[in-house]
Amino acid sequence: MSLKLRIWRQADARDKGSMVTYQLQNVSPDMSFLEMLDVLNERLTLDGEDPVAFDHDCREGICGMCSLVINGVPHGPEKATTTCQLHMRHFTDGQTIDIEPWRAAAFPVVKDLVVDRRAFDKIIQAGGYISAPTGSAPDAHATPVPKLDADAAFEAATCIGCGACVAACPNGSGMLFTAAKITHLGLMPQGQPERNTRVIDMINAHDEAGFGGCTNTGECTSVCPKGIPLETIARLNKDYRQALRAAS
Amino acid sequence: MAISGAALVLFLLAHMIGNLKIFFGAEAFDHYAHWLREIGAPMLPTAGFLWIQRIGLLVALGLHVWSAAALTIRARKARPVKYAHRKPVQGSYAARTMRWGGVIVFLFVVYHILDLTTRHLNPVADTSKAHAAVAADFGPDRWYVTAFYALAVTTLGFHLRHGIWSGLQTLGVSNARRERLLQGIAFAVAFVICAGFLSVPFAVLTGLVK
Repeated sequence: MSLKLRIWRQADARDKGSMVTYQLQNVSPDMSFLEMLDVLNERLTLDGEDPVAFDHDCREGICGMCSLVINGVPHGPEKATTTCQLHMRHFTDGQTIDIEPWRAAAFPVVKDLVVDRRAFDKIIQAGGYISAPTGSAPDAHATPVPKLDADAAFEAATCIGCGACVAACPNGSGMLFTAAKITHLGLMPQGQPERNTRVIDMINAHDEAGFGGCTNTGECTSVCPKGIPLETIARLNKDYRQALRAAS
Repeated sequence: MAISGAALVLFLLAHMIGNLKIFFGAEAFDHYAHWLREIGAPMLPTAGFLWIQRIGLLVALGLHVWSAAALTIRARKARPVKYAHRKPVQGSYAARTMRWGGVIVFLFVVYHILDLTTRHLNPVADTSKAHAAVAADFGPDRWYVTAFYALAVTTLGFHLRHGIWSGLQTLGVSNARRERLLQGIAFAVAFVICAGFLSVPFAVLTGLVK
């Protein structure tokens, strides 16, 4: 395959940045999207140019590091797929592909396609934990949890914190990420002691980090590589309402 | 956003049902319009209830616009650098047009009050003649009034389609099992309000209401 790539290049956080066009030949359809960028970077390195910086780690769809907006869609055109698990066979020979970083004030660009996602850590630090001593792994049924709750909590817990929800949101909101953690811990018996303070503290941290407000457009859930459902946000809102009532 | 929106939706439902009185004849419609001014009498003065309702609606509208503006400003700040290539993935047309749709509906409401409440823009100046004002307003020679009315009400329909569901989500009423049902209810309410409001001008236009 031969491709025309238009990639966001930005030397550092202060640089203004722009889209730069590259032609790439001999791309195998079996390559992953990141391997395709590796090929480009090898060529750029041999040519003495600065390679394109992009985040990646496990390359098996579970670490949440890869973060590319591909043709306007975070993680590209495939549903429930991270950029590292996206293969070039989903593109056509001769296609133009636009590659941009996550765009959000809370996720400033570090270089090229790499953004600083520490704002998510601040949200988790504000309340995304439990204080119950867990010790070593307990017996399987020491604390019974209804099957449906366990399933919903597990589904929410699969969030890898990549930030695609923020990148896709027209409001730049991190509500799906926040809601996934609220849902995960709120459905577990171990999450109950801090349930009310958690939702208030995490929402405050979310707003302070500079994320936008949620208007329920549903863009987040459709690009989420783990398919975190929109209902988590309704659960968050319900918890928030109950926490406000408990506080008053 | 959700609570002020809910108040406005309840008003729209009552307003739409009241409008359907026109299909019971000129006398019934004028009687209904007169009754609106008599609600609560003799405890309330003439049009007392209407003024309480108007103040309530103004407060709800003010809060609604204020929250929408706050959300818009936050959204602008949250994404200072725009995407070069952007395409909506899932968000419905209704969800994407909430802000400008809201502005269109607001401008229409201003026009609508000047037209059928104060009668500044209506051929029938006598405010006791509600039926005559409606019949004159939507006559075939004033087709542009009907066209603008239809456009505004359709925009309102889209606004309600996303707004009602979004409000239920914001209030935490929604969950995975109820999501489809609530989406259906939002669509049904938006459709009924839309159809109810549109039935009046088109009945006048086609001669069903004279």
